[in-house]
Parts: sequence; structure tokens; C-alpha cells
Amino acid sequence: MQSLPIITLADLKSGESATISALKAGRNINARLSTLGFTPGVMIYMTHNYGHGPIVVTVRDTRIALGRGEAQTILVTREKE
Amino acid sequence: MNLYHEFRQRSVSNGIKKETLSIALAGQPNMGKSTIFNLLTGLNQHVGNWPGKTVEKKEGEFQHNDHTIHLIDLPGTYSLSANSPEEIIARNFILQEKPDLVVAVVSAANLERSLYLVSELIVLETPLMIVLNMIDVAEQEGFTVDAKTLQAAIGVPVIPMIASRASGVRGLLDYFDQFIEGKLEFFPRLPQISADHQYVKELIDQLIDGFVPDYYPKNWASMKLLEGDSEIYDILKSVLPLERWETIDDILKQHEDAGLAIASGRYEWIERNVRAAVNRPKLGQVGLTDRIDRFATHPIGGLILLAVILGLTFWLTFSIGTPIQEWMDSKILVPLGSLAQIWLIDAPAWVISLVVDGVIGGVGAVVTFLPIIIIFFAAFGFLEDIGYMARAAYVMDNFMHWMGLHGKSFLPLFLGFGCNVPAVMGTRVIESWPARILTILLAPFVPCSARMAVIAFIAPAFFGRNAFLISWGLILSSITILMIVGVILNKIFFKGERTAFIMELPLYHIPNLRSAMLLIWQRSLSFLKHAGTIILMMSIVVWALSVFPGGDLETSFLAQIGNFVAPVGEWMGLDWKLTVALITSFMAKENAIATLGVLYGRTAEFGLLETISMTYSPAVGMAFMVVTLMFIPCAATVAVIKQETGSWKWTIVNIVLMLVVSIGAASGVYAIASRLGL
Ligand SMILES: Nc1nc2c(ncn2[C@@H]2O[C@H](COP(=O)(O)OP(=O)(O)OP(=O)(O)O)[C@@H](O)[C@H]2O)c(=O)[nH]1
Ligand SMILES: [Mg+2]
Repeated sequence: MQSLPIITLADLKSGESATISALKAGRNINARLSTLGFTPGVMIYMTHNYGHGPIVVTVRDTRIALGRGEAQTILVTREKE
Repeated sequence: MNLYHEFRQRSVSNGIKKETLSIALAGQPNMGKSTIFNLLTGLNQHVGNWPGKTVEKKEGEFQHNDHTIHLIDLPGTYSLSANSPEEIIARNFILQEKPDLVVAVVSAANLERSLYLVSELIVLETPLMIVLNMIDVAEQEGFTVDAKTLQAAIGVPVIPMIASRASGVRGLLDYFDQFIEGKLEFFPRLPQISADHQYVKELIDQLIDGFVPDYYPKNWASMKLLEGDSEIYDILKSVLPLERWETIDDILKQHEDAGLAIASGRYEWIERNVRAAVNRPKLGQVGLTDRIDRFATHPIGGLILLAVILGLTFWLTFSIGTPIQEWMDSKILVPLGSLAQIWLIDAPAWVISLVVDGVIGGVGAVVTFLPIIIIFFAAFGFLEDIGYMARAAYVMDNFMHWMGLHGKSFLPLFLGFGCNVPAVMGTRVIESWPARILTILLAPFVPCSARMAVIAFIAPAFFGRNAFLISWGLILSSITILMIVGVILNKIFFKGERTAFIMELPLYHIPNLRSAMLLIWQRSLSFLKHAGTIILMMSIVVWALSVFPGGDLETSFLAQIGNFVAPVGEWMGLDWKLTVALITSFMAKENAIATLGVLYGRTAEFGLLETISMTYSPAVGMAFMVVTLMFIPCAATVAVIKQETGSWKWTIVNIVLMLVVSIGAASGVYAIASRLGL
């Protein structure tokens, strides 16, 4: 399997899916994110990303709004088509 | 080798011998706990506060067969870590008060996420049952969850329910019976910490052995330490010998990633348990929520929608509430006053004056606001209930950034339109302290329903048909001022700090009429209680000050106080009566009207409104409305500001800030309006 480039969650476009590979925020924010279901290996779907301002993602059937800054601390690999 | 998930602990409940048993309802926010609580207890419930906290504590009782069941509705919590006062309350209740049974409410529509709390509850000693709620919502989203399969996987009873339709209650009560009779066998499968962190945990277990307070299980305390729990960290730091603590602290620093590993482990446990139970036949369909959100969270469309919804809310409040309010004023209060005068014909003159001017004039005027307040809270409750409020926070995020805040601060501020007290308390959803303080300072700038009611009451006296436009303009201006103050405060005190924005957007759903009615009922009751106590007292005090010492208003104590501060009032064009009305609004904003009701009670053939419009010019009316909108927060709000900030300094800063801004703005408005010849 070829390895896919690692990007941040903020780089996904609306409608794209990816797998979380790591959380790079500080300890506290990581804890909050992981409680909500953002854990390495989980599939994540970009519900709304307008290119600026906060984004909405769907993870484990839950829609969660994230500030762009927070989204940039979540590393993901894009799902292959 | 994977020992990890095969660890099961068998326990059989021995049955309950005592007559009263206590059951706690736990769950993440919005799972339907309170709906179930209301179903079971009906009106037989008591709403109070947790000791020392302003988190709402709901308890209730009901009879079931030969037993009295004492039910506690715990606050909604995502986990059992010490991230918020709610979470500390919920876990300390379960660990320290040891209820006989914990019922964890999860949502079938958010199954994995909502089971996270279960993965924490299941390792505790207290017996656990799971209510699988919202199965209708899951179906609507295109999947089904099989309770039996889930029960077999997790090893504790799983009871399917649709709480909003009262379906599944029988099943829950049957399980209560079996539990009481000791027929239930719990066979839970427990999540385990992954092997690479197991040895670290054992090390910590040994180090803290003998030092953990009795009510915390040792196993649990070491887990929480590894997760980075601040409360357990502080407790153990204070009880452990220094050297030992430093060893532990070092270990914790080396294993900063343990928290993430533990959370991942819990989710692995969850994934295994739900795998067989969830069935998704219609993969990839776009649900109702996503379709609505395409518009509701759109950067432009979403803002338009929000503006329309806010406008509608106010329009509804004004166009339905105000006529009812005026009708009550002229058709009930005025006749009631004359009636009281006839009944009390033989009583001493001061008794008549006390009843007619003090009580009916003061409290009566305030009670007529009830329709306005009910309509606002009903509208707000409705928006919250259908799930819209989180979207409002989302689209406001960009604007809130101007003030160094993020979207979540919008929620308490919006709640402030109803009442500033819950707004200040509602700032708890904001995780960072500077952002929270700033939101608290800004909250009193939001015109609460009491102040809007005062405006709605006074505006028609001066502006007739244009009253609605004028009120709307005033409210928009005070929001603009809020934003300007916010931007400035952020620059001065908080140096533009930024905080993390992480917020769940719940699924839209049709609200439950029953809980909506219950909420309106409780809010109205607390408003009437308020009117019956603080406002009654204040009305009597104002009345007394207005007749003593000489029995003549113009020479009364009240006139003296009014005259003393009159120079400041003059900047705004206010005479001493309006100034006194303003001052008494400190006890409760509605008092502004109550006071005018007392002061002008003597010309009883007219309603208060006519009297006012004959006495003052529109410029004065305008200035009075502006200063009332932004005057120092009411006593109840000041009390919660002190409580929530824990500091007199911030409380005083807030009061001075409001004082300066309100008097400044009203003086400016008066100067301009009188130039314009109003
Ligand atoms: N469709 C549907 N809606 C439900 C169901 N159960 C509850 N609701 C609705 O879900 C919303 C939230 O319910 P609550 O009972 O207030 O939730 P809670 O768990 O007490 O929430 P918090 O107190 O915020 O933690 C309400 O609008 C309920 O009417 C259900 O089974 N199906
Ligand atoms: Mg509740």
C-alpha cells in the first residue's frame, strides 16, 4: 500500500473523508477532542468547510464544530477514492 | 494474546431490602435524562442547587410497588474527568453518595460517543443499567440499534426507549423490579488499559497506595492521574509525601500520551460492543440535519436566518405579549384598584394607600409582564430544543472573534435576552477563564426581558405606532454598544487571547410539548415568586419612602433622595421621579415601572401609560429608555457575577462600567433628541 501524504483536518474540502492519524494540540485540548471521539484511526467526514472560519465535521455519527485553529492541530490521511 | 477485552466481572445483585432506594440518572448532554426524569416523577420533583454550586440539582420521588424510588437527575457530562463543575458533581455523587443504581442514558443516534460515559461508569462498583434512548431519531438517520445484542455484548441490561413519546417506560420499571428482587445478574465486560500503559498504571497504583481518600477507588484514582485529571492531581499532591509525589509527577510527565491512549482504549471497547448491534442499511444518505445545515451554517445564509429568527422572536413577544400586558394593566389593575378602594372604605387612609398604590400599583404592574416573559422563554426554549442554538453559536463565531471570544460565548449572551442571571451562570460552557470573565462582563449589556418589557411598556407612551421600530432600534444599539465595549475590553484587559472552539451540533428534532410546558411553568413560577418577594418588598419600601415623613410626595424621603442625585439625572433630562425609578430598578429591572406605578398611582382614573405620556417629552422618554437598558445590573445579577467570578474586583468593574456607559449614552441621546425638538 502506498503511503498517503499527511495533511491537517482544515485542508479537507466539504464532502471529503479522512482517517485521523494524530492529535497535536496540547494535552487539555487533546483530552477534550478524544472524549468526543477524535481518536487515531477513526474515520472523519468534512461536513462543511467554507475555507475560512470554523468548520463542521462528522465523527462517530456526531456533528462537531471546530475552530480552524483546532482543526489545524488534527493530522489526517485522505481516504483513497 | 489479547487479554484486553475479555475481562468480565460477574456480580449478582442481592436485591434491595430497604424501602427507599436511590437511583441516579447519568448521561451526556441532551440524551433525554430530564425527559425520563419528568416521566417517572411527574410534578413530584424538587429543583434546587448542588451544595456550594449553582448547578441545578433535580430530585424527585415516585412509588413503585412497595418501594419509594428516589430519583436524581445528574447534570449532563461527556466524561467523568474534572473538566467542569458538572462533571465533578456527577462523579462525586456516584462515588461518594453511592446510589443503589446508576441508569446511564445513551442515544441510539450518537451511540459510540454517548457510550463513552458508560465506559467510565461501568468500571465503578455501583450497579449499572443502560437506557438506549432516541431509537426513533436513529431510524430517521437511517440505522437501527438492537438492544438485545448490545446487552449481550456489554453485559448489563440495555432498555430501549423513546422517552419523548413515553415509550419503553414499562420495560425500565420491569428491570427496576428485577433489580429490587435480586433477580438481575450483571456480567459486565470491562474496558482495560492497553498493555504498554498497564505497567505504568501498576507503578502508580503502588505509589499512591494508602494515600487515596476512602471515597475514591484506588484503581480509578491512578487511571484519572494518567488521564491528567486536575482535581485528583491536586488532591494527591496535597496528601502524598513530597518525594513520592515527585516520583509520580515524573512518571506522569513521561507519559503525557497516556490520556489519549486511555480514551482510544475506551473507544476500542465501544467499537467492539456496538459492532454487531448497529445495522446501517441505507449508507450514505443525506439526513434531514445535514440538509437544513447547508443553509443554517452557511456563512451568509446562516446569518440571515439568525437575524430573521431573532426578529421573529422579538416580534412575537411584542405583538402578542404587549397587547395582553396593556389589557391587563387597564382592564384588571385599574378596576382592581377602584375595587380595593371600595372594600377598604372603612380602613385607615394609609392602609388604602399601601394596598392601592404600594401593592397593586407596584407588584400588579410587574405581574402584567408575565405574558411577555413567558412568550420569550417559550421561544428561546423552542429554539434550544429543536437544536438550533448551537448553529447560532456557530455562525456567530466569526463576530465573537472580534472580541477575542468564540461562538460558545454567544449562547449565554443570547440567553441574557431572557434574564441576565442564567446568562452569567451559562458562561460555564466557556472553557477558558479570560474568555469567561469577558463574557460575564458583557452579559449585563444584553437587554433582558424585564428591561425589554419596560421599554415595550414605555415606548408606546411616547412613540405610538412607531414604538416597535424605536424599541427594536434601541435594542440593536445596545447590542452594538456591547460589541464595542467587548472589543475595547479585549484590547485592554485580555490582549486578544484566543481559545479553543469545540462544540457539538446536535441533530434537529421536534421538541417535546410536555417538557416545554413544564419548563415554562417552572420559569413562570420562579418569576411570580420573585414578584411576590423582592418586588413586593421593594414596592412597599418605595411606597413608604414616598409617604414619609409628611404624607406628601413632594417633600417625602423619596423626593429628597431623588433631588440629591438630580444633577446627574439632569444630564439625561430626568426629573427626580424618573431618577428614583431608575435607582429602584437596581433591585429588579421591572421596578422601574413599579416605582412609576407607585409615584403616579394617585391619578387613578388614567392608566399609568397615559399619565406618563402627558408628563414627559419624547426626548426624556428616549433618554430614560436608553439609561434603563444599560443601567447597573440588577441585584440578582450582581450576586451571581460575584459568585461566578469569585471576586469583588470584577464585580465592581462591571458595575462601574455599566454606570459610565449607560449615563454617558443616555446624556448623549438626550442632548441630540432635544436638539431635534423631540
Ligand atoms: N425524538 C426524540 N426526542 C427525545 C427523546 N428523548 C428526549 N428527547 C428530546 O431530546 C431533548 C433533550 O432531552 P432532555 O431530557 O432535556 O435531555 P437531558 O439529557 O436532560 O439534557 P441535559 O440536561 O442538557 O444533559 C428534548 O427536546 C427531548 O424532548 C426520544 O426518545 N426521541
Ligand atoms: Mg437535563
